[in-house]
Amino acid sequence: MTKTVIDVRDARQTFMISAGAFRGKRPLHAVNGVSITIDRGEVLGIVGESGCGKTTLAKMILGLLQPTGGDILLEGRPITELTRLEVARLLQPIFQDPYSSLNPRKSVGNIISLPLKVQKDPHPESWRERVEEKMALVGLAKRLYNLYPNQLSGGQRQRVAVARALVNRPQVVICDEPTSALDVSVQSQILNLLQDLRYQLNLTYILISHNLAVVEHIATRVAVMYLGRVVEEADTASLFERPQHPYTRALLESVLTPEPALGVPDTQLGAAYPNPVAPPSGCTFHPRCTQVMNHCSRIAPRPVATETGHVECHLYAADQGKERAIS
Amino acid sequence: MSAPNPTINGTLAGAPVVAQILEPSPGAILRRRIFGHVGLVLGGAFLVLIIAMALLAPFLAPHDPLDQELSRKLIPPIWHDSPKATWEHPLGTDLFGRDYFSRLIYGSQISLLIGFAAMLISGVIGTTLGVLAGYFGGRVDMVVNFIITTRLSMPVVLVALAVVSLIGNSLWIVIWVLGLLIWDRFAVVMRSSTQQMRNLDYVAAAQALGCSTFRIIVTEIMPNILNNLIVVATVEMAHAILLEAALSFLGLGVQPPAPSWGLMIAEGKGFMFFQPWLIGIPGAALFILILSINLLGDGVRDVTAPENQN
Repeated sequence: MTKTVIDVRDARQTFMISAGAFRGKRPLHAVNGVSITIDRGEVLGIVGESGCGKTTLAKMILGLLQPTGGDILLEGRPITELTRLEVARLLQPIFQDPYSSLNPRKSVGNIISLPLKVQKDPHPESWRERVEEKMALVGLAKRLYNLYPNQLSGGQRQRVAVARALVNRPQVVICDEPTSALDVSVQSQILNLLQDLRYQLNLTYILISHNLAVVEHIATRVAVMYLGRVVEEADTASLFERPQHPYTRALLESVLTPEPALGVPDTQLGAAYPNPVAPPSGCTFHPRCTQVMNHCSRIAPRPVATETGHVECHLYAADQGKERAIS
Repeated sequence: MSAPNPTINGTLAGAPVVAQILEPSPGAILRRRIFGHVGLVLGGAFLVLIIAMALLAPFLAPHDPLDQELSRKLIPPIWHDSPKATWEHPLGTDLFGRDYFSRLIYGSQISLLIGFAAMLISGVIGTTLGVLAGYFGGRVDMVVNFIITTRLSMPVVLVALAVVSLIGNSLWIVIWVLGLLIWDRFAVVMRSSTQQMRNLDYVAAAQALGCSTFRIIVTEIMPNILNNLIVVATVEMAHAILLEAALSFLGLGVQPPAPSWGLMIAEGKGFMFFQPWLIGIPGAALFILILSINLLGDGVRDVTAPENQN
């Protein structure tokens, strides 16, 4: 058994976007060379603004999108060599919106037993029992078995989605904003459920979120994405205590406090998220960076190793930047 | 909403089961909505009557619809204050002395057969094209759109007339010509409904579970676009019946002496001013059939529309 479950190597996803009826198509680099490894038992939080490529990365790992470049290895084997069903046994997603992730025409029991049906599980007589077992595990009463999603609350629906993801005992669960469509009171229930299940079933999570509090609470390691790249990656504790990249610092400053007198925090970032079709030159973050240097707009930073991860910023590789500026 | 609430009576207050008992199953909700919809009930009832009439035609019809008796031609229907009117021919007779009531009953067979068969053929073609285009998008969508546009640029009646006059006309030729011509609305509606469903997370979830594309289309997408499909099917059935009547009226549809309603109108048109029932009766039958099919379709749309759920 290898320690690394998912190994993403320089993965890229480029969409061709038509810019108008009479203009040609232009490339949009949704994920622009992401390398990341996820070890067994880890919880990797991926944070970043909307449109930075978090969900695209998740879809590539799930095999829903073919990477246009790079490799994704699941348990050491390239995802392209695995069959659809093998990937499904290994990885399962939990989606953001439980109102659209459950087929409204199917009963709860049918939804949760679909994975068994698809995997052609050899013991159909045990399905009901196993579904009810998983329903109990996620805190759903047995009597909900024959109900339809529109008869359930948002929290119950998300529990159904969790049960569906777990019924085939996957190694890794990819949670794409698992709580952001739920009421605040229900969010913590679902998070605690995910946390409990992690220990009970020895799961590995990839947790995509723009809620930093959620990430800090659950994740063991955090990757910060900006415009299709991971700009900083570190252990949760060191990232939240000693953020290196100026973007990470700005993100952490942007967290709202419960103290009304403090108002909305000023991140010094400005509101303009760059156009991903025409990203800024050099370091893509330089137009918004508070510590921008001369060569930032010309040279893209290389990843620099830190104590527990890496950061992509000229601040930590000043020599490298200058050297290459001369040559 | 008038279901007795045990918690109010206080007998079962606090029992956790109560919530489930009060939550009606989707089937019960649907049943209540169906029977609360006047148009749907009315349309459905009339359609059932007409279908029963078509199926039981040999038992209901008092005469052979093809039996000519020239001595009894043009007898007016029973409500006419005429000495010729007789209960033997409640709706009178036509130019050849054939019993109009029997012809009307047998005519419903032809109308329903053509409507149903043409709707089935066009439904299969249109739904396949539409679902494929909506699901796969991209190139497939482009090709299907091209086919739809090509089809839309052909006037249905003109093409039907040309084909029928070229290869002759029988009931089944008319059915196939209509079926191959009127699938466009199926394709357009199914394409857009599929596109809407395709981007929902439950399709992505099914993909991530390893479902085959075929399974996703059949078990995840089709049940959710079925209500739209039924509505289009009723509209197209009415459309096909009217087209058959029009073709028969022009002499290029069902051939005499078969008792098609459109043909009955065509044969009666020379007597429009003196024996108006000759076109009035089949016209009214056609009107009631089309109206009841459309009422049924509208009712299905209203009852299954997502904004009416709950």
